[in-house]
Amino acid sequence: MLVFGFWTTKICNTRNCFNKIVLIALFSLTFHCNGFASIVCPDLKKILTKFDSPSRWFMLGKKCKVPAGARERLKEAIAISEAMSEHAQKQAARYDLLLPEDAGFLEGDEDEDTNTISQADIADAVDITSGSKYFNLHLSQFGPYRLDYSRTGRNLLVGGKKGHVACIDWQTKDLKCEMNVMETVNDVKWLHTEAMFAVAQKRWLYIYDSKGVELHCVKKFNDVLRMQFLPYHFLLATASATGFLQYLDVSIGKEVAAICTKMGRLDVMAQNPHNAVIHLGHPNGTVSLWSPNQKESLVKMLCHRGAVRSLVGKDKIGDTALYMVTSGLDRKLKVYDIRAFKPLHSCFLPAGASCLSLSQRGLLSAATGEIVQVYQNVLGSNPVSKPYMAHRLRGQIWGLAYCPFEDVLGIGHGEGFTSMIVPGAGEPNFDALDTNPYRSHKQRQEWEVKALLEKVQPELIGLDPGQLSKVDQASFEQRHKEQVEALGFDPLAKDKFKPKTKKKGRSSAGAIEKRKRKVAHEDQRDEIRQSVQERTEREKELKEKSNEKKLGNKSTLDRFRK
Amino acid sequence: MKVKVLCRNPDDYVRETTRDIQRVPRNYDPTLHPFEVPREYTRALNATKLERVFAKPFVASLDGHRDGISCITKHAKSLSTIISGACDGEVKVWNLPRQECLRTVQAHEGFVRGICSRFCGTSFFTVGDDKTIKQWNWEAPGYGVREEPINTILGKAVFTGIDHHQREGTFVTCGQTVDIWDEQRSSPIRSFSWGVDSFSCVRYNPVETELLASCASDRSVVLYDTRESAPLRKVIMQLRSNTLCWNPMEAYYFTCANEDYNLYTYDIRHLDVPVTVHMDHVSAVLDVDYSPTGREFVSASFDKTIRIFPKDKGHSREVYHTKRMQHVICVRWSADNKYVLSGSDEMNIRLWKANASEKLGLLSAREKAATHYNKKLIEKFQHHPQVRRIARHRHLPGDILKQKRELREMREARRRKEQNVRKHSKPGSVPLLTEKEKHVVAVVE
Repeated sequence: MLVFGFWTTKICNTRNCFNKIVLIALFSLTFHCNGFASIVCPDLKKILTKFDSPSRWFMLGKKCKVPAGARERLKEAIAISEAMSEHAQKQAARYDLLLPEDAGFLEGDEDEDTNTISQADIADAVDITSGSKYFNLHLSQFGPYRLDYSRTGRNLLVGGKKGHVACIDWQTKDLKCEMNVMETVNDVKWLHTEAMFAVAQKRWLYIYDSKGVELHCVKKFNDVLRMQFLPYHFLLATASATGFLQYLDVSIGKEVAAICTKMGRLDVMAQNPHNAVIHLGHPNGTVSLWSPNQKESLVKMLCHRGAVRSLVGKDKIGDTALYMVTSGLDRKLKVYDIRAFKPLHSCFLPAGASCLSLSQRGLLSAATGEIVQVYQNVLGSNPVSKPYMAHRLRGQIWGLAYCPFEDVLGIGHGEGFTSMIVPGAGEPNFDALDTNPYRSHKQRQEWEVKALLEKVQPELIGLDPGQLSKVDQASFEQRHKEQVEALGFDPLAKDKFKPKTKKKGRSSAGAIEKRKRKVAHEDQRDEIRQSVQERTEREKELKEKSNEKKLGNKSTLDRFRK
Repeated sequence: MKVKVLCRNPDDYVRETTRDIQRVPRNYDPTLHPFEVPREYTRALNATKLERVFAKPFVASLDGHRDGISCITKHAKSLSTIISGACDGEVKVWNLPRQECLRTVQAHEGFVRGICSRFCGTSFFTVGDDKTIKQWNWEAPGYGVREEPINTILGKAVFTGIDHHQREGTFVTCGQTVDIWDEQRSSPIRSFSWGVDSFSCVRYNPVETELLASCASDRSVVLYDTRESAPLRKVIMQLRSNTLCWNPMEAYYFTCANEDYNLYTYDIRHLDVPVTVHMDHVSAVLDVDYSPTGREFVSASFDKTIRIFPKDKGHSREVYHTKRMQHVICVRWSADNKYVLSGSDEMNIRLWKANASEKLGLLSAREKAATHYNKKLIEKFQHHPQVRRIARHRHLPGDILKQKRELREMREARRRKEQNVRKHSKPGSVPLLTEKEKHVVAVVE
């Protein structure tokens, strides 16, 4: 087994050799959400606009509808819970002012394009620590490299196609482990902590310790080409060359689901971090969405005219939409809104992007051949044609990944690994209770236990992760029907209005009739509404039947159908 | 060009010395915290399961009585003292924290029918089968001094219950009639009767201190005002009520424990329909007592269980039973809202936790926060079927389970029959009665 000794990193000066492109205005990275602020309170609006902070995320104005025939208690309960939720949102919004860090940015001079600025220039212009984030690892012997950053962004895992697997703490350049597995390595992935990682080798799936000790060889998972780790479910989803999508629960070590997709070789895979749905791209241009609970795909979308080369999914900060970016052999890069399954916009790339990656703040990086281009504001409604940054390498690009919480893009290519500085890519403020890059050993232990206790069961994976919080109208109606049958009367039905008999001569027959008439129009309206509804339903049914007759498959047995 | 690359100073994120606590910077951005609802749901499920795991309500058993316990009373001022009377006339004073009997008094010959403690906390009254009312000192007499009541009153008939006023020196007893006594007199200052031969229980309203209610043997509950000369009104039910208890927080609600296995909460302003019917017991309900918060009450039943009901719900939230506990005659909720005391037929008083999974003792701030969070999670997801299934699950002894099923079948059969009768008779001739309306026979002014 070949063992590498000690290698040094070299910071190469790359030369930029891009053509000058027409300058277009760069959008600022901060944006306001004015609608939110005015709902919450006017002072907050002032504070937020003053500090220019992105009021990003508040799921607001989602007042739930109080049903018409609701009782007092229900109305009170809804009002109380809404008030508490608003208060909580306000408090969380106010915390935004206390966030310590600001996002990075890159602005060119008046006649300068940001994509002409080279990495070396950026590394010289910033301080030493940030400058050292641009480095190259020359590993030209063992094939193009795939890479993966751990969830906290401290550790980097590189896997070369010819078998070289290494894990490094890339900031201190501390080598954790390095080995050659003597087999083709298709993909590498960290599991939930830096203690274990999975390597999809030529035949089976192997799981190694951070010291390089082989822990498991999972023979059930054969011919794995791509892997994705769902962190909150502790599931490792693997796509194989035989067309199987398999899920492995890494906390208990059981295979949760093995789905035969029947769509051929599964080469292109992405996960949607918002709802843990797996996106697969196929050679016929379709993208299919999968969850471990169904044997069929949840959704199938036709995205490209040629094969889909790569895709990536994301939820946007400050918005409730979900986005998917795909690129295909037809040299198009398309952005889709996944909630409505609608294409937003597409742009033309001179060569189709083989790898795509989205950073935490919405910067898209596309790799074509030996060039990496980073685009800004792709997820908005206005398409941007000019890249924000670009970088040229030596060697075919095989893997792209943004480092979480850092302004760094890692590129795995035929000549090794390059770490590129992309200002504004990383989320500046992390939440220490979720992922803390500076956690100590004890903190990591506590976090791991809590995360395992909160592990979401795979049965809850679906297109809408918040489905559990919605009112189950269907079963309520079912139960209500059964109750009415059992009791013989409808306990929720409104009683007919009976006017109170008043004293002192106010309850003569004429006065009672007048009082009844005041309320009568409401009952009448209800009746009319019901009858109109019934009529429209009947008309719809008739229409459908007539449509069927017109278009429908006429068979000789039709005359026997009732 | 202007460039800024994200660069963090580790000194801002790592603690300075090992004696410091760790730094935990927060960011409440929802994109950093996906899967809110499923993770909360998982936490709620875990919280429900843990609550069942830690549900160990039995604290202690006080034994020493030589006959079944007929009544228990709390000390008016002290949380650690209670007094219990047995069916052989013995009255014992207990210290709860040390679970020992401080003093035993042979108070009556025959049953001790009722005990009540005076509001100042210096003395208590007992009534018994020997037609006497005796007033005793709370403090034990000195060494060598015989146990003597401060005062003894002889009555004409057996007294079956006693209760003391909250602020003044008057008390009320019930037996053949409801009598209001002044402590200094030896004959009642007023007597109420309404053509009934016996009353089983009388209670002063703790808030509106001039109101009284009593349970009579003609299946009625009678309301009195001490300022009036005659009883106010009464509500007659299908079966007799054994005891009643006023809600200490709401002046107009009282709950009576009935022989038809239910408890009824009435509003004194509208006695024609009970506010709530609490159904869960499988045998006659013998005693009821409210929690000092007024939000829940505990009931003791002949079916060897005690149940805790929320004041507005129709079903119990908790049931306590033991193999050793036989018919539970009396039950009290302690004044600090934490414990429930039950006195039963087999001469034992048992101390239970009111919240079965509560951790006793002093909790740290983090423990308290975690308990509150778990409680809120369970409340938020209480309607989800998995959470509800676990939270509702209580083990019941075999005969009670069988009896419950039998009662359910009986009720179903009755309902079906009524529906059939209604279907096959003239519309409107068989009126639709809700569950609440079924149990009240009449309200008499």
